Amino acid sequence: MLEQQLINALSLGSVYALFALGFTLVFGVLGVINLSHGAIFMLGSYAALLLVEKLALPLWLAMLAAMVATGLIGLIVDFLVLKPLRKRNAPHLIPMIATIGVAIMLTNLAQGLFGAENKRFPVGTIPEDSVTIGNMHVTAVQVGIVVIAFVLMIVLLAVMRRTQLGRALRAIAESPKAAYLLGINVEGLFYLTSFAAAALGGAAGVLVGLSFNAISPFMGQPMLHKGIAVIILGGMGDIRGAMIGGLFLGFAEVLTVAYISSDFRDAVAFGLLFLILLVKPSGMFGKVLERKA
Amino acid sequence: MSMMEWWDGFWATYNTVIFSVGVNAMLALSIYVTLSCGLLSLANAAFMGIGAYAASLITMQAGLPFPVALAAGGILPALVALVIGIPTLRLSGVYLAMATLGFGEVVRVVVLNMEITGGPMGLNGVPPVTEWWHIVLLLGVTVYFLARVRRSKIGRAFEAIKEDEVAARLMGVNVAGYKLLAFVIGAAIAGVAGALNAHYTFTIGPNNYGFENAVDILTMAVFGGTSNLIGPMIGSTILSLLPEVLRHFKDFRLAANGLILILVVLYLPKGIWDPRRIRAFMQRRNSNNSASKKVN
Repeated sequence: MLEQQLINALSLGSVYALFALGFTLVFGVLGVINLSHGAIFMLGSYAALLLVEKLALPLWLAMLAAMVATGLIGLIVDFLVLKPLRKRNAPHLIPMIATIGVAIMLTNLAQGLFGAENKRFPVGTIPEDSVTIGNMHVTAVQVGIVVIAFVLMIVLLAVMRRTQLGRALRAIAESPKAAYLLGINVEGLFYLTSFAAAALGGAAGVLVGLSFNAISPFMGQPMLHKGIAVIILGGMGDIRGAMIGGLFLGFAEVLTVAYISSDFRDAVAFGLLFLILLVKPSGMFGKVLERKA
Repeated sequence: MSMMEWWDGFWATYNTVIFSVGVNAMLALSIYVTLSCGLLSLANAAFMGIGAYAASLITMQAGLPFPVALAAGGILPALVALVIGIPTLRLSGVYLAMATLGFGEVVRVVVLNMEITGGPMGLNGVPPVTEWWHIVLLLGVTVYFLARVRRSKIGRAFEAIKEDEVAARLMGVNVAGYKLLAFVIGAAIAGVAGALNAHYTFTIGPNNYGFENAVDILTMAVFGGTSNLIGPMIGSTILSLLPEVLRHFKDFRLAANGLILILVVLYLPKGIWDPRRIRAFMQRRNSNNSASKKVN
């Protein structure tokens, strides 16, 4: 019983981590709480669904294409909304409010275009293989989720730690102005970050769509709330923190449902968030960043 | 058709819209208070919910008169704000926004799991006792009170904290105390608005007071402009009437709210009611007029 719960928690936690990764990346580099990340996550699900349904693409290709599509949406949002605010040097809360607007718009557009009801992947899209090891029952989807999430996380971490690009991004996170003076193409890397973050969000959307096989315009909001809890748990802007925070939340939720009551599933994330903000606002790994008051 | 008949028909169709214009104005003012002290709180929808549930339970279960319910609808959220405000308001900027968002979700889950609140079903059959003049009166009292506060020492302290917290502290302003006061006043106003709202909508449920509603309240205030008291009321009026106007767009009409929020943030950072900009605009027009007169 416990082993089975741990498997479920690992797969749920890796999705949370993957979602939070893009969210935290944008905060770390751009200094923006991008509240449209949940809506972009939702669009990732729909993109994959449409590609599988209408173009009959294989799942892996649909997922890649969905990541590119959501990445482009992230880029467009950055260009149309965040860039003008950067130019004006608007205080912290303003871009956050603007991205709330983006989220409202995208969610309602999706509702208008695709309808409010749950959509499913066509029968046969999702591999139904599974293995049973002792008491544990592991599905192919769960394995896929954990593997894909971990590969993406490790790639991102490696890029940030080992490459020139990562060094540039970390320089921007410290101070965009200093980075600019050192000859770093700050604006270009902002775009790249927005693209990558949205693509990661889209990937998380596809994986969640597959694991619950229920896609709706409103799936982004609860995920966004979890994402906020995760990045605050892990420390805002910290990639390692997002990974560990995501896994931690996954385990906390699954174990709460299994051993306490499913009624409190959604309270876990926010109970944790509230506690950590009161005890250590900087999170497990982060340092409090308040670039613009 | 006589004027009276026309009015009766109009009122029958639109009274809930008219009621919600007034209640939304109070909600927009409730977030104006916290914003005027430089705090972005996303907890006002939760405070509205606490007020709505408190007042409804008092009229439904205890059978006490409506004024008592309204008072309780203001006092209970204020007490909750006092308790959670002391630790929470140490946070600033986005951290405060996140913490208050978290608080709102915790309230929602608690309400969802309590028996007395009717759980996910909510409360049905809240007595419809809110009259139009209740709303006008309480909105009037709120505006009068906030206008007085604005011109008082408290209002000036709020403004100082909003402009520069560190400087305000160095000048001897009790920053923590004033922030808490703004938070508590905002909670009380939101709670009364919730109590009024519950007593004309008949049914309330935990999902009426979630994140979306917190955002709606914020949108109304930001859209109208938060540099004075008139802005939030204009913003709430327009955004309450907008869904009626946009009826033809059906499924897409809520998308308009998002678009409006983006456009206002991008192009009218002070909201649509920004006295300074309006004055500058009038002056420019006047000088243009006099210039053209000279040519003639």
